[in-house]
Amino acid sequence: MGFSATRDASGVYLIRVEGQLIVGNRQELKTAIQEALDHGERRFVIDFSRTGYIDSSGLGALVSISKKVREQGGELRLAGLNEDLRSLFELTKLDTLFAISDTAERAVGSFAG
Amino acid sequence: MTAPLPASLQLCVRRRRVPTASGATIQVSLRVPSDVACIEEVVDLLVRHCCGDSWLCRKRRFNLRVAIAEALANAIVAGNQEDRSKSVQVEAELGAEQVRVVITDQGTGFTPTAYAPPTLPEDLERDNGRGLFLIRHLVDDVRFNAQGNSICMTLRRR
Repeated sequence: MGFSATRDASGVYLIRVEGQLIVGNRQELKTAIQEALDHGERRFVIDFSRTGYIDSSGLGALVSISKKVREQGGELRLAGLNEDLRSLFELTKLDTLFAISDTAERAVGSFAG
Repeated sequence: MTAPLPASLQLCVRRRRVPTASGATIQVSLRVPSDVACIEEVVDLLVRHCCGDSWLCRKRRFNLRVAIAEALANAIVAGNQEDRSKSVQVEAELGAEQVRVVITDQGTGFTPTAYAPPTLPEDLERDNGRGLFLIRHLVDDVRFNAQGNSICMTLRRR
């Protein structure tokens, strides 16, 4: 997995995940979010439009990230989940825990106002 | 993106075609190092060697990928404790109507019935405990050996 991070003019920190999010690389994402929190970022979007699959460790990492962001007064939204990935969130009921948008653009826009 | 494997982690793949009464069966055998960095590559190899491009529909191919990734993670992390002196044996068999994958670690085994579904509201914020739950929902049949260090997953073509 690799990822790219950008911060838009409205202050939303967007991370695009490139590849799978699994046990072997979940820590990279957790570290990236923690570093952004340490630098004062509070509004996050993680875009999975280039992700093939996520395993239970990846899902667990997202739960952990979500808790850390909330504890520091921030907000996390997920975006770009294809039908297969979305089915994992529905199966595990994690779709009730996360705010999920169809696209990264919509997720970023949903922070406005 | 698939990260290149370190030179010391080369995977050994043996693939053979076995004639059976119900049609040719392809068998794939791999010995995998106890390194989570190998998982993505092993998943790609197995699905490519077993299922080709059109044997499974997109949805069931996705299910197979996630189930294999989960079982490998369990074997490497929980089973072998990421001990590099141990390995994980993977045997896959493609029949006319189903694919079966057996993943065996060198750990002491576990009791699969001891794990509760992690979908209750009070459990949603747990950051672990979903692996076996996912496997059981993504494939058609799951069995363990008596020791609990080997999982056999079967996914039917339809």
